[in-house]
Amino acid sequence: MFEGYTTDGFHDEMFLPDGSPRSYCKNLLERFKNIPDEDFDTRRAACDSHFLRQGVTFNVYHDNQGTERIFPFDPMPRVIPADEWDHIEAGLTQRITALNLFLHDVYHDQQIIKDGVVPAHLVENAAHYRPEFRGIDVPGDIYVHICGTDLVRGDDGQYYVLEDNGRCPSGASYLLENRNALKRAFPTIFEASGVRPVQSYPADLLDMLHYISPGRNVDPVCVLLTPGVFNSAYFEHSYLARQMGIPIVEGRDLVVRNNFVYMRTTKGLVRVDVIYRRIDDDFIDPLVFRKDSVLGVPGLMGAYKAGNVGLANAVGTGVADDKAIYHFVPKMIEFYLSQQPILPNVPTYLAVDDDDRAYILNHLPELVVKATNESGGYGMLMGPSASKKEIEEFRTKIIEDPGNFIAQPVLALSRCPTWTENGMEGRHIDLRPYIIYGRDIKIVPGGLTRVALKKGSLVVNSSQGGGSKDTWVLSH
Amino acid sequence: MLSRVANALYWMVRNVERADNLARMLEVNEQLLLDVDHIDLPRIDAFWRPIIMSTGDEELFDELYPDGGSHEIIEFLSLSPSNPNSIRSCISQARENARTVRDQLSEAIWEELNGLYLFLQSSDSRSLLDANPQHFHETIRKSANVFNGIISSNLSRDEAWDFMDLGRNMERADKITRILDFTTFLPKKGAEASLIDHHWNATLRACGARSSFQSRFRNQPTPKNIINFLIFDRDFPRSVRFCIDSVDAALHRISASQRGSFTTEAERASGRLLASLAYGSVDEVMDQDLHDYLDALQTQFNLIGEEIFREYVLLPDSDESVPAIPGESISAVVAWEIQQQQQQQQQ
Repeated sequence: MFEGYTTDGFHDEMFLPDGSPRSYCKNLLERFKNIPDEDFDTRRAACDSHFLRQGVTFNVYHDNQGTERIFPFDPMPRVIPADEWDHIEAGLTQRITALNLFLHDVYHDQQIIKDGVVPAHLVENAAHYRPEFRGIDVPGDIYVHICGTDLVRGDDGQYYVLEDNGRCPSGASYLLENRNALKRAFPTIFEASGVRPVQSYPADLLDMLHYISPGRNVDPVCVLLTPGVFNSAYFEHSYLARQMGIPIVEGRDLVVRNNFVYMRTTKGLVRVDVIYRRIDDDFIDPLVFRKDSVLGVPGLMGAYKAGNVGLANAVGTGVADDKAIYHFVPKMIEFYLSQQPILPNVPTYLAVDDDDRAYILNHLPELVVKATNESGGYGMLMGPSASKKEIEEFRTKIIEDPGNFIAQPVLALSRCPTWTENGMEGRHIDLRPYIIYGRDIKIVPGGLTRVALKKGSLVVNSSQGGGSKDTWVLSH
Repeated sequence: MLSRVANALYWMVRNVERADNLARMLEVNEQLLLDVDHIDLPRIDAFWRPIIMSTGDEELFDELYPDGGSHEIIEFLSLSPSNPNSIRSCISQARENARTVRDQLSEAIWEELNGLYLFLQSSDSRSLLDANPQHFHETIRKSANVFNGIISSNLSRDEAWDFMDLGRNMERADKITRILDFTTFLPKKGAEASLIDHHWNATLRACGARSSFQSRFRNQPTPKNIINFLIFDRDFPRSVRFCIDSVDAALHRISASQRGSFTTEAERASGRLLASLAYGSVDEVMDQDLHDYLDALQTQFNLIGEEIFREYVLLPDSDESVPAIPGESISAVVAWEIQQQQQQQQQ
């Protein structure tokens, strides 16, 4: 299965540059080697058809077919040894702590701005900053309850933080279902492998929701608020609700009376204490944010400000995962925690800064340019693979609206063996661990490993030809 | 239970039941015509048209297929995406309903329904319908049986079950009357008229009633006995009376009230209809026009359906009563506000 496999000069997650396996991957590779190629492919295809039958799918936006697609699953797991995971866990814990302190500060005294660490205009111009929530206290002073932080590994073997998703990060359901799929298809590879389990995620999530209930602490009513079945992540919403055993509601199921939130049931109105919302701020309450939103709940912000309902994540967290603010997270860690960042950022150039902009415009073919207010791989320029026309289009856009763009050097993302039509080949991967911040900070060992299935591609997003893998964190 | 969820469960089961009944009607008609293969094509069409006349889709059919014959009718009722009541459309809707309440369903229920949906979207279903329509319709019927079987064997008998039970029995009652109404549209003269006996047998088969009927009426398949059985029988699960009895029971379980009385308009409508079925007789039906009688039944079904929707789903904004907030659950902010107001009033 691995004859002719080459690392091509990239950091490979399983093999050393000389082609010998990394010590902690030996057992796994030995077990896979004994599976004939045809058998391997049959079992891989069985995973795909299981996902389709189970409806483990996402909807593709900008696709008029309106079809559901599965997120292609690659059965070769990505392995993280125990010491590496300890390092990642410590780094993520440090980071979410700093991000929450930053959010509390930004929505209260703004000491970090007064001390000149973060420029005021970057906060004020951040698309998801909500000045109307300054001075409002949230339960436990927690803003980002669930964070999906994207990590990549570069040539040097070092993990870098690519971005923090602190609004409504998605993908946790795939992390859980990938483990189930792999166990079903290749049960024997798990024997005595020391892989740490992941299934505590829904219980951790529910525990956190209970913790942030503002009023009733005994058996609070928690719900998951979804935009509805047409949302690309709807499968995940219903999956998590089912795993937690809480109702999944749409905006029209909720109603606000006297600053309390209720759901409409066959037995009349029932009070709701905590909402795990999977709707962005913009759409959550048409009385406060977008007036044309039919997905939200009129009056919800009033109930929230009055302290009668808990929201995860809090409103206004988008200012912390803004692509321009990202640049300042290492400084936040120093400012609030007096510590050095454990996980470094990818070097970032801000187009709004004159020197940085000059550098960006001179080096467009070498850089990745990102719009600060887009996610999911949309609104992005991959310099090395872009056409001249695309580069010139971005040049114009950057000059017209510099505040909206940042740029980063193209990282040579690490690769992992991945099944392709030519057998096993190296493909670029990233890692999105999920951090839950409630009574304490919990991180399910591993996370979602996304893989760019196209040869040479660095884009791992599900909407752009990415797939995913099971992530193994070893206990020893 | 969320009103929207109750509505989706009701329609999920109702749509599957609708597809199941359509498949039965088509399968039985296909079998029936095998017995009479000596008649020519236009005459065969005379046996297909009553199906779309009884389902009420005649207008749409003629618009989509001017001069359509038996082949087009089977297509229209089975796989046509343009017909909102085709088997394929019903299953798509049921699956969409299921998707919105996925968290309420066991994996087995979802997998069966989604599997049927994927089959109907695939080219396999097209080839099967073209090659062997009977087998196609049998496949649908069996899948619906599995779906209902999983529901009845692994779901708790809670409110979710009650709403699904309502949907199933409302649709079943409606389809029984439509299958009985076939006779209204069958050719009354000529060679085909001699097939009328075959037709009454087919009616029993389409309702899955043949063996139960025979043990009850000892091989006397007269129209009167068949009508009696399919409308008034107390014990057969595909008789109108049995279905309405189930509807009435489910409504009373939902509202936790005594049967024989009513607390909602839906219960009043179901109780009244149930009484007329329990105390009515087939002779009264035979004295009047069967078609008119069935039409009146369908009007009653619609009334019950509307009242269920009004009572449990619609919840108009105007008359919502907000439950009182118990003292210990009042947040500190609200407690403080109330305290301030009281102090102001005292001053």
